[in-house]
Amino acid sequence: MLRLASLAAALYAFWILMSGYLEPFLLGAGLACALAVTWLARRMEIADPEGHPAHLTPAAFGYWPWLVLEILRSGLAVCRIIVDPRLPVSPTLVRFRPSQKTAVGLATHANSITLTPGTLTVAADHDEFLVHGLTRETARATVASEMDRRVRRFEGGD
Amino acid sequence: MSPADAISWALLAAGGVSCVLGAVGLLRMPDFFTRMHAASVVDTVGAGLILLGLMVQAGLTLVTVKLVVIGLLIFFTSPTASHALARAALARGLEPKLADGGAPSKP
Repeated sequence: MLRLASLAAALYAFWILMSGYLEPFLLGAGLACALAVTWLARRMEIADPEGHPAHLTPAAFGYWPWLVLEILRSGLAVCRIIVDPRLPVSPTLVRFRPSQKTAVGLATHANSITLTPGTLTVAADHDEFLVHGLTRETARATVASEMDRRVRRFEGGD
Repeated sequence: MSPADAISWALLAAGGVSCVLGAVGLLRMPDFFTRMHAASVVDTVGAGLILLGLMVQAGLTLVTVKLVVIGLLIFFTSPTASHALARAALARGLEPKLADGGAPSKP
């Protein structure tokens, strides 16, 4: 119930921020739409901890800034490789077992690897990730990485 | 030029340079998978810095809120699309050129 209320509130806030109009009719229409979508989401059984992971919001604000810095750092490294006349790439595939337990955690880990320039998740399953790295070092750095530990903490693990 | 303008232009210029470098990488890289790494510089660092520069231009307005939403959209959808592309390529039998020969290395 709390999750449904938070979904409706989030949808309504999204409506108001996107429209920017505060006329009674539009505010009412927005509320009706937010409630209708929440009802549909409940009927479709997608308003669950996976479809609307509201409980992860505080943790996200701890994880995302770190991820942004990581993206900038590896973006710079990939740019250096691109401008290097010798083009020092050593493409490598690695397989490893991610430590996350929940679907949201696994998806966050896989997406974070892909977002970081120089590494790309080719296959993501519960018990195995297949990662393509632009260099040997970037590929191997994804195995049992700090990102793995941080996403584990983000999804609520120890 | 106000300090906010200076910061905004620096961010926009840095974003533009990242996009150009990503495009150069796209042309220089040897195979499909390494090209995707170059492209990811464009849609993370390039798009991120340009959006940040535009947010500084817009200030604390609803426009900034919309830019934040666009940024979130890119940060959630682009890795999903990249992953689907790479997985589809591998599933159709496109072998990546690897530095250490065939098999993926076991840690």
